[in-house]
Amino acid sequence: MKSKFVGSLLVNGSLAIICLLWTIPTIGLLISSFRDRIDISDTGWWTVFPHQDWVSVQKITPASAVDRYSPMTLGGITATFEQFEAGISKDGKKYIWIGNRRIGYLDVEAYTWTADTTFTLENYKQVLASGTYTAKLANGSTDTNQGSDMASGFLNSIAVTIPATVIPIAIAAFAAYGFAWMNFPGRKMLFALVVGLLVVPLQIALIPLLQNFVSLHLNGTFLAVWLAHTGFGLPLATYLLFNYISELPRDIFEAARVDGASHFKIFMQLVIPLSVPALASFAIFQFLWVWNDYLVALVFIGGGAQNQVLTQRLANLVGSFGQNWELLTAAAFFSMIVPLIVFFSLQRYFVRGLLAGSVKG
Amino acid sequence: MATPNLKRSKGLVFLRILASFIPLILTVLLLVWGMFFIRAAQVSKNPLPQSITVAIALVWGVGGIVLLFFTGNIVIEQLPVKWARYLEPILFVGPALLMLTWALVLPTIRTLIASFYDQISKNFVGWKNYIYVFTNPAMQGVFRNNLLWLVFGTAFTVIAGLLIAVLADRSKFENAAKSMIFLPMAISFVGAGVIWNFVYAARPIDAPQIGLLNAIYVGMFHGQPEAWTAFFQPWNNFFLILVEVWLQTGFAMVLFSAAIKGIPAEILEAARVDGANEIQLFFSIMLPTIAGTIITVSTTVVIFTLKIFDVVWVMTGGNFGTSVIGTEFYRQYFTYNENGTGSAIAVVLFIAVIPVMVYNLRQFARREAM
Repeated sequence: MKSKFVGSLLVNGSLAIICLLWTIPTIGLLISSFRDRIDISDTGWWTVFPHQDWVSVQKITPASAVDRYSPMTLGGITATFEQFEAGISKDGKKYIWIGNRRIGYLDVEAYTWTADTTFTLENYKQVLASGTYTAKLANGSTDTNQGSDMASGFLNSIAVTIPATVIPIAIAAFAAYGFAWMNFPGRKMLFALVVGLLVVPLQIALIPLLQNFVSLHLNGTFLAVWLAHTGFGLPLATYLLFNYISELPRDIFEAARVDGASHFKIFMQLVIPLSVPALASFAIFQFLWVWNDYLVALVFIGGGAQNQVLTQRLANLVGSFGQNWELLTAAAFFSMIVPLIVFFSLQRYFVRGLLAGSVKG
Repeated sequence: MATPNLKRSKGLVFLRILASFIPLILTVLLLVWGMFFIRAAQVSKNPLPQSITVAIALVWGVGGIVLLFFTGNIVIEQLPVKWARYLEPILFVGPALLMLTWALVLPTIRTLIASFYDQISKNFVGWKNYIYVFTNPAMQGVFRNNLLWLVFGTAFTVIAGLLIAVLADRSKFENAAKSMIFLPMAISFVGAGVIWNFVYAARPIDAPQIGLLNAIYVGMFHGQPEAWTAFFQPWNNFFLILVEVWLQTGFAMVLFSAAIKGIPAEILEAARVDGANEIQLFFSIMLPTIAGTIITVSTTVVIFTLKIFDVVWVMTGGNFGTSVIGTEFYRQYFTYNENGTGSAIAVVLFIAVIPVMVYNLRQFARREAM
């Protein structure tokens, strides 16, 4: 009995530690995105949790008449400016000079429990803004910078992702039905082509496709990205939907055929409603894939600033403001909101899609 | 539907067929108009508010494909049955095949050809690009890095996924734990790059460390702050690989978890009665039973890792000796304008997945034969 308890403790304990390790990086990002930018660069994000630290308890500003070039008596301690500047410890308190010799003050600090809990939405406002944005900081000052225009990136991501999800699914569903329930010459050979294309790395098709778009003057448009994602997503979509649709019971098709229903009617009125789970699984899969894609957007949308999607905006920010964590954390979390909502609300379908796509493959 | 025993004048049938093409032709015209509209709206400087362009693009993109199938069907329904039987498969399978050919098959062939031509794809250069790709010292570094990614990225992902799946299977908070591990799968590689850049952030020794790793390293182990992904060579590659492991372990875990649940409880119970401990159970029963899933997961992760691009591109730009095939391909083509070398690198990637492709085709052939 006792060993069972120890075993359960070991299992649950190590699992809890792993889960914590897995989540900490994301939590750090989330917390930082709401912190004041001065706080972000001064202290780690974990200081928002209660911890022990030196906290200012008193400020002593000497009168302007006090000679700062000879020893001063402040807060019951007599010392030179240099000694105060280096910091003096007495009775568990720290006395340290802040600022310059003429207009500085003596800070009295105590070691006690504290938490940095100043939160702000300024970071988010700035990354969403399209022109310049003047952020108000916790210390009362302001900071004017170019906004990162994530709001328009969001619209572009929507415009890219929804058709790039619907188009391949529509095409693949028709094809899957055709391969599963129609007889035509070359059926097996053509489906083998689909299976063969499943693992082709998209890099091999990227450049010629780009040349196609350039010659059609489509480069930089949503249409180019839709077509590219449709092409790259079709093999998996067709394969997954084929697996599902071909397993539907034969009887319902035969009954419908006897009643004189055309393939189109059977497809629209029987197969589509019956295939909702498989369609949903792949839809989530493709949606997350396209929303999170960077390479395809980078190649086919490229530098045209007005059409760039969220991942591009975020990557640009890393390139030009790599140390401005207040912008990076807010922009990164903003770009993750939609996939996280989709993911958590439809996790069941997503997992089912993964299982169908891999175990059989 | 037209039935053959209905006597109708041939002229009327012909007219009806002709008329049935009208919706299809209108749809095609609408789509072409939309293409010109989107092109004009997106490429020119600033004609329309973004939200209007986006709304039109959405309606056109989603509606267009649906309309195309419907109007195509109208044509088929008016055709004589004999023709319809031949044309119906084309309506169903044709668009997919057309798209696959245009977006994947032909481009692959063109890349293959371009890899034997010079940087502007004009003069035939034979094997020159391949000789460069395989003998250039920088390229050898790239291949070494990719090998590190393949071996360690896959191994860590599979081991972590298996470990977590086994632990979760015996835990009371299985679903919550799985969700937490699985969550990074919803995050883009670019986003993950930012998250981990922040974990790895390094400040000068006298400044407070705001990156978690350096805070621990400096605060607890009294080390010097380290730029983990930059100057910490060659180990910096592992710090990038860790990001991929973090993202992909959820995938491995889900598949392993399903496989473990598929092991019949009686077998495990029988082994326990025979006195096997949990570790023996894992190695002598679980591992052999889920071997197939381990191969599937490894293959999927390998294929994914092979073409890794975003993580490296966002976190180091391929600098500091972290370049991989994916980033080198992009750099050759877009930075150096070397079509030939870029194509040769893409072909190397393609050749690397051929064994998996053959395996998939064999599996498919076996299933069809049954």
